[in-house]
Amino acid sequence: MNPNYYLVLSVILFTIGVLGFLLRRNAIVAFMSIELMLNATNLAMVNFSHVHGNLDGQVGTLMVMVVAAAEVVVGLAIIVTIFRTRRSASVDDANLLKY
Amino acid sequence: MLTLLETNLDWGALAPLIVVFVGACLGVVVEGVLRRSIRDEAQLIIAGLTLVLAFGFTVQLWRGREFGVEAGGSVSVDGPALFTWGALIIFTILALLLASERKLNQGQTDFVPMAASVPGSPLEARATALRLEHTEVYPLVLFATFGMMLFAASNDLITMFVALEIFSLPLYLLCGLARRRRLLSQEAALKYFLLGSLSSAFFLYGAALVYGYTGSFELNRVDAMIGSAGASSLLLAAGMGLVGVGLLFKVGVVPFHSWTPDVYMGSPTPITAFMAIATKMAAVAALMRVFYVGFGSMEWDWQPLFAVLAVLTMLVGSVIALTQSDIKRLFAYSAIAHAGFLLVAVAGAVTPTSSSAFGALTGSVGSIQFYLAAYGLATMGAFALVTMVRKAGGESTSLASWSGIGRRHPVFGALMVLFLLSFAGIPLTGGFIGKLLVFLAAWAGGYGWLVLVAVLMSLVAAFFYLRVIVVMFFREPNEHSEGVTVEKPSWMTWTVIVVAAVGTLVLGLWSGPLAELAIRASAFLGS
Repeated sequence: MNPNYYLVLSVILFTIGVLGFLLRRNAIVAFMSIELMLNATNLAMVNFSHVHGNLDGQVGTLMVMVVAAAEVVVGLAIIVTIFRTRRSASVDDANLLKY
Repeated sequence: MLTLLETNLDWGALAPLIVVFVGACLGVVVEGVLRRSIRDEAQLIIAGLTLVLAFGFTVQLWRGREFGVEAGGSVSVDGPALFTWGALIIFTILALLLASERKLNQGQTDFVPMAASVPGSPLEARATALRLEHTEVYPLVLFATFGMMLFAASNDLITMFVALEIFSLPLYLLCGLARRRRLLSQEAALKYFLLGSLSSAFFLYGAALVYGYTGSFELNRVDAMIGSAGASSLLLAAGMGLVGVGLLFKVGVVPFHSWTPDVYMGSPTPITAFMAIATKMAAVAALMRVFYVGFGSMEWDWQPLFAVLAVLTMLVGSVIALTQSDIKRLFAYSAIAHAGFLLVAVAGAVTPTSSSAFGALTGSVGSIQFYLAAYGLATMGAFALVTMVRKAGGESTSLASWSGIGRRHPVFGALMVLFLLSFAGIPLTGGFIGKLLVFLAAWAGGYGWLVLVAVLMSLVAAFFYLRVIVVMFFREPNEHSEGVTVEKPSWMTWTVIVVAAVGTLVLGLWSGPLAELAIRASAFLGS
């Protein structure tokens, strides 16, 4: 298989993640978009690891998965807290801090 | 892979990191084991001992000059790393002293009694009445310090990413723990979390692309590969750009600055002080390590970019700060402006020399380290003073409510003026020497026009610091400032203020020793 295909797929996934973060208003969906970006990175790293014939990229992938799990814990804690306060998880409603 | 398995850890060289990490874990254990009534004292003692011990190990490493790349090439214990470690530990101690202040707030800390309770609910009222406390603050701060220390020293991009998350995750949580104005605090946590994770995802994707081009995450191997394979590749340019975005976000550089004012304003003030200096310090150290060591051979590509970003950052920070009406928000924009001044020296990218027109130069790394030390002391002192201004128990941070406060409380006013003058870079304060060194470094690096812009921007910045002084001394008290008092804090806040004030003056009048230390600690390993 041509490794470039995987790289292109990972770029597409990453771009979908960025667009999802920028366009969707729900904090949970925005957060899911970030997870998509992290997983696009994993795909790219595994692909490059195959290309270079060393394992650095795959080790990195394991690290990223652990970090992503930790990020979910903290992120959901924050989003749930703010949802219980405001009864809304929309990022547009979090608008008290400005100017 | 086999080399990784055979690697022996040099425990001695990693001792400061290990001590802080173990101390943080002990703090978590204490949460589960000890009674609530003695937990706070226990946490304070553990955190204090941990940090003092870690500082001792750092000094010992520095005196023995035991530099080296440790842990299978992922942690680089060198001059800049040790300097940053030492400074980070000191600032963490000061921030923890601010965080444990109780006298200002009727015997309670600035942190929420129960973070899980909905603001205004009966549960929250009961938690307040029971005087509950989140003593988890101490281990969280220690974990953040550990992450920052690792971030400043990491020699490969994956370690750097992990360290970035280790220090960011506790900070996201700490931001949301303010006792008063909890909606703002939770909102700050949400914003910081979403934008912070976005920037770390960018950083990570950049790291993956750099790995794709060079076949390694290790900075010195990245540099060697770029040197031999050439730097004209879209893959590499995209990777460098994305890594840069992630790092510049943490430094708070325009156009990645939009989180700074909201987060500074919403967080509990001790945490704002901690973030303002510690995050900036670690992020600038990592930025310099990545670009000087990893992308050193692409200097001509990123120097002009940093110069443009520096101008933008100084401009946006100084001009928008002019219009601010809240003191914490004003300090946030001032932090953005300072990030711009730091970037001026990063763009200069010179190493220490003795044969320049200015005599012995400190070089970019040394001058930035000195600048950060001076800026950090003034920041700590200024935020410590902000916690003392109270109205009906809560902090009063609107600038209008500070009218005439300096005349009613001369000591408070004089100290604030000292810190503001140091921010503005007026002679006889540490901030002046810091700015001078930073500008000299950029000048020596061939960025004379940037220095001129930076000097002009310092004038604009001086103007808004002056505005605060005018409000404090020459504005008559008005309806906003009714009931606003400067409370007397306990020895903890006083220690922070005295250390910050003495430090600011000493760095301004007798800057030789620290500047010399910063020069000697300015060589990255592997660059």
